[in-house]
Amino acid sequence: MEQWYGYIGLILDGAVVTAKITVLGCALALVAAFTAGLGRISRFWQLRWLATAYIEFFRGTSIFVQLFWAYFVLPLLGVPLSPLQAGVLALGLNVGAYGAEVVRGAILSVPREQYEGCKALNFTRIQELRHVILPQAFVLMLPTFGNNAIELLKGTAVVSLISLSDMTFQAQVVRAQTGSTAVPFLTILFLYFAYSTVISNSIKALERRLSRGLDVTKG
Amino acid sequence: MTDPIIRIEGVSKSFGNFEVLKDLSFTVAPGEKLALIGPSGSGKTTILRILMTLEEINGGGIFVDDEPLWHMPKNGALVKADEAHLHKMRAKIGMVFQLFNLFPHKTVLENVTLAPMLTKGTPKAEANALAMDLLAMVGMADKASQKPAELSGGQKQRVAIARALALRPKIMLFDEVTSALDPELVEEVLNVLRKLADETDMTMLLVTHEMNFAHDFSDRVLFFDGGRIVESGPPDQIFTNPQEERTQTFLRKIVAAGQRI
Ligand SMILES: Nc1ncnc2c1ncn2[C@@H]1O[C@H](COP(=O)(O)OP(=O)(O)OP(=O)(O)O)[C@@H](O)[C@H]1O
Ligand SMILES: [Mg+2]
Repeated sequence: MEQWYGYIGLILDGAVVTAKITVLGCALALVAAFTAGLGRISRFWQLRWLATAYIEFFRGTSIFVQLFWAYFVLPLLGVPLSPLQAGVLALGLNVGAYGAEVVRGAILSVPREQYEGCKALNFTRIQELRHVILPQAFVLMLPTFGNNAIELLKGTAVVSLISLSDMTFQAQVVRAQTGSTAVPFLTILFLYFAYSTVISNSIKALERRLSRGLDVTKG
Repeated sequence: MTDPIIRIEGVSKSFGNFEVLKDLSFTVAPGEKLALIGPSGSGKTTILRILMTLEEINGGGIFVDDEPLWHMPKNGALVKADEAHLHKMRAKIGMVFQLFNLFPHKTVLENVTLAPMLTKGTPKAEANALAMDLLAMVGMADKASQKPAELSGGQKQRVAIARALALRPKIMLFDEVTSALDPELVEEVLNVLRKLADETDMTMLLVTHEMNFAHDFSDRVLFFDGGRIVESGPPDQIFTNPQEERTQTFLRKIVAAGQRI
């Protein structure tokens, strides 16, 4: 029994690593999603082209390949990354590519009347976006962003492939040392589920707060 | 006679193959209250949207304050206006929409202060004071901290009027500002418009289906049909003694539908 404490400790260490990758990955994904999402609707074709290329590339190739690129190929090009950096980069950019379409879709779904209201008040395009369109679009993005964050959390398991000791990696270590599969994997099953519950509840709370008194369909 | 503040010269506008405005010309004097009436689809909204730069023109020219609206001078010729020119011209014009177009995530007060703060750099305290004056004028001062979703249609429209006024435009455009309202809410909005017409020297263009109000409010009425002005004149003449067959038919239908003129 005594020894299980040590093993659970190992898994909890992994849980911290998983939490770290998830938080950092989500932060990067958010930045990438807004950059590419806004790029997609830019007036400049160069920006539209760049954003489209990024989105299509990251959605059209596998996260495994992207992760291996980040960890094994980038160093050859003179950009050595730690496993954590490589994991965050690959996951953040991958999920950001999906998020970009969410950003774009939400912005386009803000009713035309809102854009015309801004024009009649002589806002510049930046002011219109910053003060009127994005605050309303953001509320629309939240539910899908929540799903994307959970996808990212689930995706973190692949970083064990580049020897990053996340939850899944540690569960495998425990399994190898104890011969028990059920205990470590039941533990991480529970932990993953707890994490995703935290994510989806926080998103719901944020959504409730931001949409208070707000009826997006009617001005 | 003073120079017109708006000159519309041979303007044409098409959506696809459908020509909505055909070689349209008219002028508006500074401070004039102009009512635009006519059957559905005759192009009234399109004219206002063109003046607000929400819709481009396909031919002809428009001058506001003697400056071209959709064109700008460049190397001695007039070329298509760029965003900077349109931005400059828009400062002279405000518009109130049929569906209010208020910002749902902002309070009533913020809806009114946002534009002066962003486009004129008005300090917040000053913008608030101006907004409260305007909200008092439209009878909405006590709702300053509410969100639009908590207001009735008539209240929303009064806020929208205050919001447009906050930029102190020389010209105000009103596009059927009461037609999305329940009948019992129409009067409170019309009262605000009456007050504006009486107390300010703003130039006002009003598209409406409320003939009785158009009669009281305007100095001149333009009757549109099929993208052209069929008849224009002082309200007394248009409403009591219209000269054109089409104007007579239109007004007969309005009366038959139960409106007082
Ligand atoms: N964006 C658009 N695309 C295509 N057709 C349009 C567009 N906007 C207006 N039209 C058409 O142009 C014509 C004139 O429209 P407009 O809205 O100016 O009429 P209106 O006189 O304001 O009518 P109403 O009294 O019904 O508001 C209509 O036939 C309308 O269907
Ligand atoms: Mg109309």
